[in-house]
Amino acid sequence: MVPLSAYVAVSAVLFMTGLLGVLIRRNFIIVLMAVEIMLNAANINLVAFSHHLESMAGQLVALFIIAIAAGEAAVGLAIIIVVFRGKISTNVDEMNLLKW
Amino acid sequence: MVPVFFAYFALVSVAAGVLTVALKHPVHCGLALLALLLHVSGLFVLLNAEFLWAVQVIVYAGAILVLYLFVLMLLNLKTDERYLHPSYLYFLGPAALGSLYILFQLLRSPFVGAKGDAPAVAVLQDGNTIAVGVKMFGDYLLQFEIVGVFLLGAIIGAIVLAKTPKTLDE
Repeated sequence: MVPLSAYVAVSAVLFMTGLLGVLIRRNFIIVLMAVEIMLNAANINLVAFSHHLESMAGQLVALFIIAIAAGEAAVGLAIIIVVFRGKISTNVDEMNLLKW
Repeated sequence: MVPVFFAYFALVSVAAGVLTVALKHPVHCGLALLALLLHVSGLFVLLNAEFLWAVQVIVYAGAILVLYLFVLMLLNLKTDERYLHPSYLYFLGPAALGSLYILFQLLRSPFVGAKGDAPAVAVLQDGNTIAVGVKMFGDYLLQFEIVGVFLLGAIIGAIVLAKTPKTLDE
């Protein structure tokens, strides 16, 4: 029997990896991938607690998170295409058109 | 046997996560993300969440990741972009310390709480999919509809954004 804290530890490590990826990577697509890593870490956490506390609620919320991630990926990649068409680069440092 | 599988899935998913963040070529990052998603779905199986396993493989690995790879090939990105932010070393120390502290707190907490109404024995009798379906179309019907409307909005938004802009002179 694997203790719950092991699952939570895996989830925490994955979340930190994704957060670090968002902070240090400059390519917009890789930043979106790091966001997916963080969403997966949250899913592991929800399903592990759902199993441990014998409730289906966690699995349902994880399912909705997957749907939200699909929408986020679609809109994010469309934004990337628009930016790439007009501004040449996917480097997040060069996307400053809306900066005051 | 379960601890062995857990160790495999956990170690490979963490390693794939690190590779996703660390690799240089965007397509390699996408493939590392694929390995991460598949091994996370393995963790779901160990937690008696078979329906979520199927959804993870079909939606995440099958649809979202293909979308990422499609856009990567559409844009034909070069790898000569700046790889790390110049000040990433300043982030590394606090992030490592913070994650070590959180891990320490997690491993010593007991995680006790009120049990829900779906013990593993009752769920395994009819299967996880039936349990998820009954719950989703019972207590979570409103949220389900909201997610449907959200997905419709996301699809329309993506199409409007990515459409070729019309020239102003008709």
